[in-house]
Amino acid sequence: MMEMNSITYTKSRDPKKQSTWKFLISELKPKGKIFTPFNIISAPIILLGIVLIVIRFWKGIGSVTNLTQEVPWGLWIGFDVVTGVAFAGGAYVITFMVYILNSKKYHSLVRVTVLNGFLAYVFYAGALLLDLGRPWNVINPIIGNNFGTSSVLFLVAWHFLLYMMAQLIEFSPTIAEWLGARRARKILSGMTLAAVIFGITLSTLHQSGLGALYLMAKDKIHPLWYSEFIPLLFFVSSIFAGLSMVIFEGSISHRVFSNQISEKNHKSHNGILISLSRICAGAMFAYFFLQILIFIHEKRWEHLDSSMGYWYLFEMIGLVLFPMMLFFQGYRTRSIAFIKTAAILTMIGIIVNRLNVTVIGFMWEEPLRYFPSWMEITITLTVIFTEIWVFRWIIRRMPVLSDSPAWAQKGE
Amino acid sequence: MGLDRRVFMKTLGLAGATLALGKSTGTALNKDNPTEFYGLLYDSTRCIGCQSCEFACAESHNLPEPEDYPDPEVVRKMDETRRTVVNAYTTDLGETYVKEQCMHCNEPACVAACLTEAMYKTKEGPVIWRGDKCMGCRFCMVSCPFDIPKFEYHSSNPKILKCDMCYDRLQKGEIPACVEACEEGAIVFGTRRELIKEARRRIHENPDLYKDHIYGEHEAGGTGLLYLAPVEMDKLGFKTTLQNESYPSLTKGFLYSVPSVFVLVPALLLGIHEATKNNHQTEDDGNE
Repeated sequence: MMEMNSITYTKSRDPKKQSTWKFLISELKPKGKIFTPFNIISAPIILLGIVLIVIRFWKGIGSVTNLTQEVPWGLWIGFDVVTGVAFAGGAYVITFMVYILNSKKYHSLVRVTVLNGFLAYVFYAGALLLDLGRPWNVINPIIGNNFGTSSVLFLVAWHFLLYMMAQLIEFSPTIAEWLGARRARKILSGMTLAAVIFGITLSTLHQSGLGALYLMAKDKIHPLWYSEFIPLLFFVSSIFAGLSMVIFEGSISHRVFSNQISEKNHKSHNGILISLSRICAGAMFAYFFLQILIFIHEKRWEHLDSSMGYWYLFEMIGLVLFPMMLFFQGYRTRSIAFIKTAAILTMIGIIVNRLNVTVIGFMWEEPLRYFPSWMEITITLTVIFTEIWVFRWIIRRMPVLSDSPAWAQKGE
Repeated sequence: MGLDRRVFMKTLGLAGATLALGKSTGTALNKDNPTEFYGLLYDSTRCIGCQSCEFACAESHNLPEPEDYPDPEVVRKMDETRRTVVNAYTTDLGETYVKEQCMHCNEPACVAACLTEAMYKTKEGPVIWRGDKCMGCRFCMVSCPFDIPKFEYHSSNPKILKCDMCYDRLQKGEIPACVEACEEGAIVFGTRRELIKEARRRIHENPDLYKDHIYGEHEAGGTGLLYLAPVEMDKLGFKTTLQNESYPSLTKGFLYSVPSVFVLVPALLLGIHEATKNNHQTEDDGNE
């Protein structure tokens, strides 16, 4: 994917030698090879996506999507927002372990996970703007002239906004180190704990809030996926969704950006993955148990003998129970291959689960089913690829994976 | 048979109920009584499927006139160009008509869903849409159990369309356009309480004609649109499996938990942080 042979460690600014502006301009230049396979694939898709986005704002949402009057929310909400935010859950779980439980062994994961979470919110929640028919009114629920406080979406929108700020504060010491701003780093580091506590609180509410969005669609969602406990299920599953993403992204970063990662962190990485796999297995067990309780409580067995029923069984057994056992086995035998396989299967399971609630099981009785158009898919890919470009840009410049500059380490 | 019944009902209806109820007396909004919602009572036994209501609705909202007809073979749907449709269904009693439009729920899901208060339940009863507030998120469409709000997918400045019970006309002291246009007296306008009383009276006086069910009295927590029909409403394409509690009640528990989460979780997190503060000094040797 992204190859990085040409550069070594990130270099922070030395305030004594360089002015901030000169430094910023020098940092804008691309680092690394331009014609990598990832770039060759992603660049044309991003360009095409930008054209499609222009068409979308010019001719209306219907000109690029397959949305209907019956299915007003499709891939952009179901995948970009609902699934993307679940995967961004790693940030609150890791900060919980490091700053609340004071489990310092995960410390090397904090910066990259928070950065990932922050970018996920900016891009995937930002993708929401593409889906708004009248995006210029998006300020209405924020500036306070129209507070629809009875709306779950009001809560989710505010939480997205506040959580982005909390994550930016959590990440800001890294930016300060990059810019060589010692005083700012000190102040910003002091705000970390407050931002973490605020961020975790927000996360519990909006991870579940994304599920609560669908509570009023009681008669529209297939009974195997609708329950009054959707918010709880979304919250619990965001724990292992986020951690699987941390494992998956970590194993890619450790290959692609390997020259940025210190020997010590390279060595400890496998140990961290093994500990994470145990947490994943635990959270997935709780989730699976909840699902069984709900299954019995709502007397769902009458729905099992149908194509949707088999699909449900596949999700629960093949994409929850099986990867849970893989995680557990990977933890017991210290097998990184098992853990990575489990993480990928779990992520597929999360995608399938979120799409089952939001798209596949939504209006499942309608004769004409919604299927996203190639243009919707292209725009979704554009959002994902752009996020990866920005992520890579930051990784190559700021001390995210690489160690902090010496002056910053002294303070810790 | 069907026609005879209609002629009979027409005479009876025009002479009796509608007079008392104000279609012909032209009940305007009762400003002295702001606590009662207004609504519509639609009587399927009186409807002859003439589409007068559709034409009147189109005219008063500057929408294109309907070009198709109620047909038992086709289910006509509301869309961004029509706020109401009349459908024909073949039932045991022959062809039966039913008018569809916004139900103007007492506790509307679309209003609870709206984060900008663009969807708004007026104190008079109509649920209206206010374009200057709406951000086009379509959460109202996701939430509405009757699938009423429609969206202009092919506009760069899209609107949400739905029946607003002619709120503008109501404020001028007029009655909704469809009520005024209906020559059969199939739709009457009045306060919800009066309409339920009238519906009960009709069922009581003609128990053989009507199913003993006022659709909308309890469905979805009660609606401003009330239906009387000679057959069960599911034979006329309506959902009869809707819950009787209001739809916003489904999210109430979640929303009520928000303040307590905001108080308890940070306190809990801070407590755990303090309690585990010194752990890493002992366990850390190998990792850091």
